[in-house]
Amino acid sequence: MKLALFGGLYSNYLALESAIADARQRNVDAAYCLGDLGAFGPYPDRVFPILHQHNIACVQGNYDDSIGNELNDCQCGYTDPQDNHFAQISYDYTLANTSDQNKTWLRSLPKEIRLQCDELNVLLCHGSPRRTNEFLWESNSSSAFLNRLADEHQADVIVATHSGIHWQRGLNHGRRFVNVGVLGRPENDGNTNVWYAVISTGKDAKPSALLCSVRGLTVPVSVEFIPVHYDHQRLAAEMQSERLPDEFVQTVLTGWWTTCLEILPSLERRGGKY
Amino acid sequence: MSHSDVASVPEIELRSLDELWFQVAGTVCNLTCNHCFISCSPQNHSFQFLSYEQVDAALQESVAHGVREYYFTGGEPFLNKDLVRMLKRTLEFGPATVLTNGTVLKREWLEELRAAEAEAGFSLEFRVSIDGPTAEINDPVRGAGTFDLAITGVALLCKLGLLPIITMTQTWDDSQNLEILAAFRDVLKTHGCDRPRLKILPRLKIGAEEKRTEGYQQTERITAAMMQDFDRDQLLCHHSRVITNRGVYVCPILLDADHARLGDTLNESLGSFPLTEGACYTCYQFGAICSNSTLRPQESKT
Repeated sequence: MKLALFGGLYSNYLALESAIADARQRNVDAAYCLGDLGAFGPYPDRVFPILHQHNIACVQGNYDDSIGNELNDCQCGYTDPQDNHFAQISYDYTLANTSDQNKTWLRSLPKEIRLQCDELNVLLCHGSPRRTNEFLWESNSSSAFLNRLADEHQADVIVATHSGIHWQRGLNHGRRFVNVGVLGRPENDGNTNVWYAVISTGKDAKPSALLCSVRGLTVPVSVEFIPVHYDHQRLAAEMQSERLPDEFVQTVLTGWWTTCLEILPSLERRGGKY
Repeated sequence: MSHSDVASVPEIELRSLDELWFQVAGTVCNLTCNHCFISCSPQNHSFQFLSYEQVDAALQESVAHGVREYYFTGGEPFLNKDLVRMLKRTLEFGPATVLTNGTVLKREWLEELRAAEAEAGFSLEFRVSIDGPTAEINDPVRGAGTFDLAITGVALLCKLGLLPIITMTQTWDDSQNLEILAAFRDVLKTHGCDRPRLKILPRLKIGAEEKRTEGYQQTERITAAMMQDFDRDQLLCHHSRVITNRGVYVCPILLDADHARLGDTLNESLGSFPLTEGACYTCYQFGAICSNSTLRPQESKT
């Protein structure tokens, strides 16, 4: 089995189109989105028909819950006033520009999707299996904790997004935690591309796959992180024409995060410019 | 508080042990801040230092609980001569945060820790307490000369790329918060810190702070009704415990409350806790203020 896993879209329909085209070339069996369809980018309604056309099932992210239910904010949980200022601009724009029909659909999305891949239990969630808006960063999640999540949620592979930077870790018995990154914006590393992940199991796994040994099974699992290049200058121009903050536009054009940095642990923060 | 309210003091269960705290310097501190909620000072030995062996044993025990991250507090943690070794050991298990006053930091310690952090791949956070952007605001609370000493420590951390989080206990009106944050960003910039991480924390009206200003009113308590539909993750006691030399406590704030001691070992300390204290009310209002808050508020809906 071969799956394409897309993280937060943040209205970046151009990156979504590029990622889908890339995934088709790789002959994936299915593609899923892990939530946060809106935020940050322009024209939030544009990602919906693309997802429907390609039968991409979605998990509900905190942003989708907020927009779908017309809550007051995105539930990102920033505590810094400047971060909240920018988050609110983005949220108010997305709320105002998402159709009622799409809000209804966002409300209907599940908090998690469970798949059987070559008899392995694969759990797709947004932030963490236990909490939609929990940030799981590589540098602040111990392996003991990730093993506990896998135990408590009966998952052999946990797949999440939300934090915005891709990473993975092998767990006990060859189980796996995978954060697929996001398609919505670059990863704060000075590059303008975005990322998604391909997870392959069984006969589709890469030769370099690690073996997952659970319940008497031994199944190879491989994880590839795929860089996606898209027309980021067009996205930036559209964001400007929609009068979204220049700080957001600069992120698209430079690959550095300029706002909402308070949530980053020290190691991830140090990897950025601001 | 009425009789019916007393009868309805809510209990909170330990949902899971996400953060393990070490009261590594006990209540011993080189400073005597007059707002300290556990009245730390050079003379306060009611809680004493933890040994390296105690910390190591707890780290090993913590794996079975699936602990996510570790916190080191006091008193002033860097007064414990084994702290650097403890932090290096901790980074083999997971991320660590140390709450320091920033006044006794040594370059060689920080260089060693920076290297250990890079090798481990887990973040080591420094939370430095400075109670305002000027000596005029900070020193009346933390002691004469402490602002300059702490800023020197912060500058050293920044020079080594350690990106400290500055925590300020708020002794000013809410309306001044933005101005205070802006002023602190400017101060940090002049000391070579161009990526400021600033947090304003509420006062906890117990310990020395109770004597400095006032204690909690009897009305400032969590009731059972307040817990309905409340996101319990916002309370530290829902996902943390504290190792001290006198046993395991429910949280790092309530060390002076006898019933906050839950047992001798972690396994004895996993039961529920009655939210009886005024400080619980502050935690309820502001959310797990001591931690780096990976569990963000989430709107609860049916």
